[in-house]
Amino acid sequence: MLVSIIDYGSGNLRSAQKAFERAASDNEITTEIVLQRDPEEVLKSDRIVLPGVGAFADCRAGLDAIPGMIDALEEAVIKQAKPYLGICVGMQLMADRGLEKTVTDGFGWIAGDVNKIKLSDPTIKIPQIGWNTLDIIGNHPLLADIETGENGLHAYFVHSYHLECKNAEECIATTDYGGPITAMVAKDNMAGTQFHPEKSQKLGLSLIANFLKWKP
Amino acid sequence: MTLKVRIIPCLDVADGRVVKGVNFVDLVDAGDPVEAAIAYDAAGADELTFLDITASHEERASTFDMIARTAEHCFMPLTVGGGVREISDIRKLLLAGADKVSVNTTAVFNPDFVAEASDKFGAQCIVVAIDAKKVSGEGEEARWEIFTHGGRKETGIDAVEFAEKVTSLGAGEILLTSMDRDGTKAGYNIPLTRAISDAVKVPVIASGGVGTLDHLVEGILEGHASAVLAASIFHFGTYTVGEAKAHMQAAGIPVRMVT
Repeated sequence: MLVSIIDYGSGNLRSAQKAFERAASDNEITTEIVLQRDPEEVLKSDRIVLPGVGAFADCRAGLDAIPGMIDALEEAVIKQAKPYLGICVGMQLMADRGLEKTVTDGFGWIAGDVNKIKLSDPTIKIPQIGWNTLDIIGNHPLLADIETGENGLHAYFVHSYHLECKNAEECIATTDYGGPITAMVAKDNMAGTQFHPEKSQKLGLSLIANFLKWKP
Repeated sequence: MTLKVRIIPCLDVADGRVVKGVNFVDLVDAGDPVEAAIAYDAAGADELTFLDITASHEERASTFDMIARTAEHCFMPLTVGGGVREISDIRKLLLAGADKVSVNTTAVFNPDFVAEASDKFGAQCIVVAIDAKKVSGEGEEARWEIFTHGGRKETGIDAVEFAEKVTSLGAGEILLTSMDRDGTKAGYNIPLTRAISDAVKVPVIASGGVGTLDHLVEGILEGHASAVLAASIFHFGTYTVGEAKAHMQAAGIPVRMVT
């Protein structure tokens, strides 16, 4: 199996690659994890991961700077229905638009905008930085055998914006930060996490292993 | 709210090695950042901060390698600070595996750097480290100023005003060190921590002066910090991260217990 982690200058590439390698070896999954800049190679891969650290517009510009990459992602994920995992901004890019500083188009795969976290309590700090638990709304194979809920495992979040889903069923997990914040989205063969599985120890490695085994 | 309060061990590094030793019994090589990070990861640390005290530009390359090796083995958040002057420094640290980058002197002398970095990498990635020292006398209203170069150089800049300024420019977090307390084991400077925590809308990490587990609790409950950083109490095995978390939990602070 060939897993492509899209290399478009985003920050957490290497951490993501190492976490995928660890999850694969821990679960005896034979796979090749490749950092990929070539759209042609993306089309040949079996699974696609879009990591992302940074501002929405800057990440989008990084993808646009690789000729053919956006088209290759559309072809591989939407037409060929290859399993896709977006991480942090890689998840936010699945939305219609990002509203961070300027209005930037996303891929339009998950209906909704990426907006600043709105707080009812002014004493709560933005960004949300740290470990929080997940509240599951819809069962999903990526969450199989992972303890969630108030007494479950923690995921690592570091973000000021989140994807506000227009279709409630596409938000499959939230986290409580002065109210429910979108933690995970999914639709058909694609999924995205606002938290960083590559930095979330046990929960993260389990989720990555589930993604490698996922047959949507 | 279920976001947990973070406990952050801080490691000083030079030339890609941890200095000011880490005295864990089971470490083969206390100077190896990967060994130290693995031990802290297993102990339940919520994040690690590496402070690069490397003097020369040439040695800085070894820091990138150190972060890369650490990120290969530890699937936990890493913050790196020290000597960050250029946008390219931040990109290199992130590519190596850092999650957040801490900016200190550069933010003091060129605040616009904070805005540029935040636009590029997002506020969540940019920490401004503030070293503050009390400048008001006995009986006067408390006032703190920014010091640079390890607390040796005064700048005349008011610490609370500076914190408000850099967060408005896009800093996503403040790492606040009290120069009066650093290394004293007398506890965080609570009035300073509270003044800055209450003034800014981003998380503040309290630093400088931890000697007991009660000090960690005070930093959160009285100082209003979002996270606590400590070095020597953990490095020298005075307390484990697990003991610190149990103590904070007993005081009613939400923490991530790792079993």
